[in-house]
Amino acid sequence: MPFDEIRKQAISQWEALQHSEQPRILVGTATCGRAAGALAVLEAIDKELSRLGIEATITQVGCIGLCYAEPLVDIIKPNRPRICYGGVTPEIISQLIQDYIVDDNPRPDLALGTIGEESIDGIPRLFELPVFKPQVRISLRNCGHIDPTDIKQYIANGGYSGLVKALAMTPEEVIEEVKKSGLRGRGGAGFPTGQKWEFCRRSPGKEKYLICNADEGDPGAFMDRALLESDTHAVLEGMLIGAYAIGATQGYIYCRAEYPLAIERLTIALAQMAEYGLLGDNILGSGFNFQIAIKEGAGAFVCGEETALMASIEGKRGMPRSRPPFPAVSGLWAKPTNINNVETWANVSAILHKGAEWYASFGTETSKGTKTFALAGKIANTGLIEVPMGIPLGDIIYEIGGGIVGNKHYKATLTGGPSGGCLPANLLNLPVDYENLAQAGSIVGSGGMLVVDEDTCMVDMARFFLAFCQDESCGKCVPCRVGTRQILNILERITEGEGQPGDIERLEQLAQLVRSTSLCGLGQTAPNSVLTTIRYFREEYEEHILGHRCPAGVCKSLVAYHSLVDRCMPCLITVAGYEVGGYSTLKEALSEVDRAIIIEEAKSSGCVVDVVRFLMTCAQSESCGECVPCRLGTTQILGLLEDIASGRGSLAHLDLLVEIGNTVKMTSQCPFGQNVSELLLDTLESSRDEYEAHIRENGCPRGVCKVPISYHTVCPIRSAVKAPEEGVLVTVSA
Amino acid sequence: MHERLLPVLAPYRGQRGALIPVLQKVQEEIGYLPEEAISEIAKFLGLSQNEIYGVATFYAQFRFERQGEHTVKVCQGSACYVQGGRRILDTVEQELGIQPGGTTEDYKFSLERVACFGSCALAPVMVVDKTVYGRMTTAKARQQLAEHQRE
Repeated sequence: MPFDEIRKQAISQWEALQHSEQPRILVGTATCGRAAGALAVLEAIDKELSRLGIEATITQVGCIGLCYAEPLVDIIKPNRPRICYGGVTPEIISQLIQDYIVDDNPRPDLALGTIGEESIDGIPRLFELPVFKPQVRISLRNCGHIDPTDIKQYIANGGYSGLVKALAMTPEEVIEEVKKSGLRGRGGAGFPTGQKWEFCRRSPGKEKYLICNADEGDPGAFMDRALLESDTHAVLEGMLIGAYAIGATQGYIYCRAEYPLAIERLTIALAQMAEYGLLGDNILGSGFNFQIAIKEGAGAFVCGEETALMASIEGKRGMPRSRPPFPAVSGLWAKPTNINNVETWANVSAILHKGAEWYASFGTETSKGTKTFALAGKIANTGLIEVPMGIPLGDIIYEIGGGIVGNKHYKATLTGGPSGGCLPANLLNLPVDYENLAQAGSIVGSGGMLVVDEDTCMVDMARFFLAFCQDESCGKCVPCRVGTRQILNILERITEGEGQPGDIERLEQLAQLVRSTSLCGLGQTAPNSVLTTIRYFREEYEEHILGHRCPAGVCKSLVAYHSLVDRCMPCLITVAGYEVGGYSTLKEALSEVDRAIIIEEAKSSGCVVDVVRFLMTCAQSESCGECVPCRLGTTQILGLLEDIASGRGSLAHLDLLVEIGNTVKMTSQCPFGQNVSELLLDTLESSRDEYEAHIRENGCPRGVCKVPISYHTVCPIRSAVKAPEEGVLVTVSA
Repeated sequence: MHERLLPVLAPYRGQRGALIPVLQKVQEEIGYLPEEAISEIAKFLGLSQNEIYGVATFYAQFRFERQGEHTVKVCQGSACYVQGGRRILDTVEQELGIQPGGTTEDYKFSLERVACFGSCALAPVMVVDKTVYGRMTTAKARQQLAEHQRE
C-alpha cells in the first residue's frame, strides 16, 4: 500500500476515535506510572466497566511528564474536553467512573486539568498550569497522547511525514536542513548534529553504520526511557532519516537492560515498521535500504561513551579508545559510524516534518530548539519536562518544578549527573544552555536535574558522585583509574571527619589533572562535581575539615551526636523522680511491650502527662536527627506538651498532638520515632481525661508538672568534669 | 548442559558480536553463568574461556554463582540517594541478612544495588524481579520482602 493510503487510513481511524460515541479512558502506563500503581488502576477500570456494563475504549499511553502525580488517567466523554486526573487509585477510578461517566459530574476536586479547546467550570486548562506553561514540546510531542504500540496513531499525528519529505530530497539536502535547524547532540556533548552527519557521509566506504545511543546510564536521568516508552516511532523515524542522509544500511539501538519496557516497545515498533514497508529493502519504494537491530546493554556506565559502546556491540569489554580516528571515519567494525542519542533522533523527525526554520525559532543564538530535562530530588513537581534552550534555571525550579518541598531552602541543582556540577542559588537566573552551563562549571549533559535542599551535604554529594565514577571507571587509563580513587580517598576522609588542612587544594589539583589527562568523557568530567562544589560551597568543605562539623547533618561521623544514654538512663529516670521499671536504655523503655507498663506505672505513681513530657524530652534529645519527622516532630510535640503542662493548653493542642503524633509514627525512618510517637498516641487515647484535666484546670491538677525537665545527651556529671568538645552537644531544658 | 544450551545458542550461529547477547540468553535460561555453560559457549563461538570471562566480568549484569528465586534490586542512583535510598538498602540488607551481590542460604533472595532504573521521579525505588516499586519506605520494603517470602 502506498504511504499516502496508509496515512489517509490512519487519519480517518484517528478521527473516528476522536469522535467516538463511547467514552475513552487513557491510562499512562510507562515505567513511572507502573511504579506508582498504574497497572492496578487499569485492572480496576476493566472490572468496574464490565460490572456497570459500560462500553468504553481504553488506551494505554506513555508518560506526559507529570510523574509526581502518577498514576494519571484521562477520561474523554463524547463532546466533552479531555480531563486529566492525577494520583488515581483503584478506589478513586471506580468513583470517577460512577461520578463522571455514569452521572456526568466531572469531579473538579480530583482533576488536574482539561486538555482541548473547551473547558469545564472549576477545572483549569492543563497546559496553562505553571507546570506546563513555560514548556515547548517537540521531542515529547506525542508522549501521553498516543498509544506507542500503535504505529497508525503515530502516523495520524504527522508521523513518518518527515521521512517522506527526506526521501524526496537528496541526502545532502537533508544534512543541510539539519544543519540549518542548529540541532546539537542531546546526549550531553552538544556537537552539531548536521556536521557530524556530514563527516560520516563524506567518509569513503559503502558499509556504514548508524547507532541510537539509548544507554542512559546517568543516575537521575530518565528522558530517553520515557521517550522510548511513550513515542517509540519518533525515535525510529529520526534514525531512518539519519541513515538515508549518511548512507547507512544497518542501524543499532543500544539500550540498557534496566529498561525492559523500552526494549519491549522497540521490538513491537520495529515489527510494525517492517509490516508497513518502513524497514528493510526499498523503504517506501525509494530504493533506500535500512535494517535496525536492538542491542541490550549489560550494565556498564562507560558504555554510554561512543567508542566503548561500539566495543560492546562488537562483543568486547566496553572500554573506550582514543580518538582520532573518530567513529565517522572508523567506528563499528572499523567502518564509518554515526552515533546520536535518543532525544536527538526524536528531534530529527520533528525537524524534517516541520522544517528547520521552525525548529530554530526556539532557543538561543548558539543553542537552538528545546531540551528535555528529568526533574528529580527535593522538588514538588518531579517529572519529565521539555523547555526552550535559554530558559532561566529558576523558572524550571520554581515555576515548572513548583519549588522545594516542605518549605525548605533551595541549595543547588545538580545537572548532568555524575559528569556534571552544581548550580547554587545565585545562579537561579542563569539561562540554561550549553555555553552558560559550561561556563558555570557544569554541563547540560543528557538532562538530569537533581534538586537538593538544605538537608543535603555538598561534600557528601561530591563523594557520592565520585564513588560512582570510580566504581564505573573501566580502568584502562591511569588518570581515571587511579585519579578518581585518590580524589575519592580524600573526600571519604573529609566526610569521616579526618580531613586535613590543604585537602581542598589537593582536591583541586588532582581534579584538574584527571580532567585534562583522562582518555574519555567519563574521566574528563568525573571531577566536575568536586570542582563545582568547591567553587560554590567551599565553606562547607572548610566546615568539615577545620570545624569538624557537617552543617547539613548528613556525614554521620561529624553529626553532633554522641549518645551515652546507655549509661545515663537509669540514673536520669531516678533523678527525674520516676521509677518506671528498671530499663537501662530509652530504646528499651520505648519498645512495644514496655510502653503499656510505663503508662500503668505512670498512672499509679504520678502524672501521665508529666511522664510523657519527660520521655519526650529525652526522645527529642536522643533523636539522631537524620530523618525530619522524628527530629522536628518530637520538638513540636514537646512544645505542645510544655504548653499543656504549664497551663497554656487548649483542646486544639490535643488534636494537633494526635495529628503530629500520627505523622511521626507513619513517616519516621526507624522504630525509635515510631515508638516515641506511639507512646504519646497511646496515652492520648487511654488517658485523655488527664490531658483534658490539665487544660481545664490550667495546669497539672496534682502539681507535678511544674518542675522543669533538664536532659542532656551526655551525662551531666561527666560533662561537668570533661571539656565541652567531648561532652555536651545537645542540651534541652524547659 | 550441551542439550540444554543448544536451542539457546543456535540462532546466533555465524553472527558477529554475538558474545554478549549469548551470555544474556544463557543467563536468562540458567539464572547464572556456571563454568560448564562458559565452556559450551567457548566451543560454540570458537573463543577461549579466558576471553569470555574477560568480557563477562566487565559487565555488572553477569553472575557466576547460583541466584535466589527472587532478585531484589535497590536503586542507589543520585535521586534515590538524596531521597533516602541508602536506608532502603540498609533495611533490605538487615532483613535478608546478606550484602549486595549475595544470596540468602535458602536461595530465596538475591540482593543487588543498581545505579539507576530511570524512575527517579518516584525515588526511592526498589525492584523485585521485574516489578518496579516507587516511593519506597523502610516499612514498604519490609512488607514487599515478607510478601515474596510467603509465596
